[in-house]
Amino acid sequence: MTNDLLFDFTVDKTTKTVFITREFDAELSLVWDAFTKAEILDQWVAPKPWTSRTKYMDFKVGGRRFYAMVSPEGQERWAIQKYTSISPKTNFKMFNTFSDKDENPELPGSDWDYTFSEKNGKTKVSITIYNESLARLEKMIEMGFTEGFKMSMNNLENLLTTLSQK
Amino acid sequence: MKQDIFQAIADPTRRAILTLIAMQALTPNVMAEKFDMSRQAVSKHIRVLQDCELIKPEHSGREIYYHLNAKKMKEIDNWLAQFRKIWETQFNQLDTILSTIKKQKK
Repeated sequence: MTNDLLFDFTVDKTTKTVFITREFDAELSLVWDAFTKAEILDQWVAPKPWTSRTKYMDFKVGGRRFYAMVSPEGQERWAIQKYTSISPKTNFKMFNTFSDKDENPELPGSDWDYTFSEKNGKTKVSITIYNESLARLEKMIEMGFTEGFKMSMNNLENLLTTLSQK
Repeated sequence: MKQDIFQAIADPTRRAILTLIAMQALTPNVMAEKFDMSRQAVSKHIRVLQDCELIKPEHSGREIYYHLNAKKMKEIDNWLAQFRKIWETQFNQLDTILSTIKKQKK
């Protein structure tokens, strides 16, 4: 699917930070809900064919979301998001760690900062992800990367073509 | 001389080889067959891919099977393209959800 909505993605390996900006064709309150309510989050946050399953989510400072990314084979990868700061419909921050199914975190984790703003009926979301370690950043990528390999040969071929053009 | 990884994947045949062995480890003979190439031509490509550690050989009896070295692929600085793609997928999913919710509200 292609659209003309803004999408920026940059990685600064020296500061171990990922910057993502994306525009959505919807009003701010709706986009805010999509990022902060489990029932909407679970519908989009896992890249297909993975699904997201939130065990519980308590969206308040000091609260947390405990959830799993579930593979098509039923394999679960658990993670915890702990909310450290919330300014309704403007910004929220959280600390994310992978964990086991019993909610024991696997440190180090990463700090996420989400900023929301609306202009002309469109909502811009800016995300900053700071990883304590590069290895963690790589693990995050590897999860996607491993899945990438399971996807069709076409996908891989496209990826390789993209890489070779750089 | 060590092969440049980007040069290694710049060649369409080598990309096709990588794509194929990402699914399954292969012997040079099978590769030659699949691509309708001479053993010599295949060996040349294998050497380039192996020099930059994109693939690794594993001996099984008399045969050598080549495996994809996913770890090395990951080291390619641009593995981030994949990461970006995950986000893109997610956000496109969110676009769909948002437009569904908007319609329901009307």
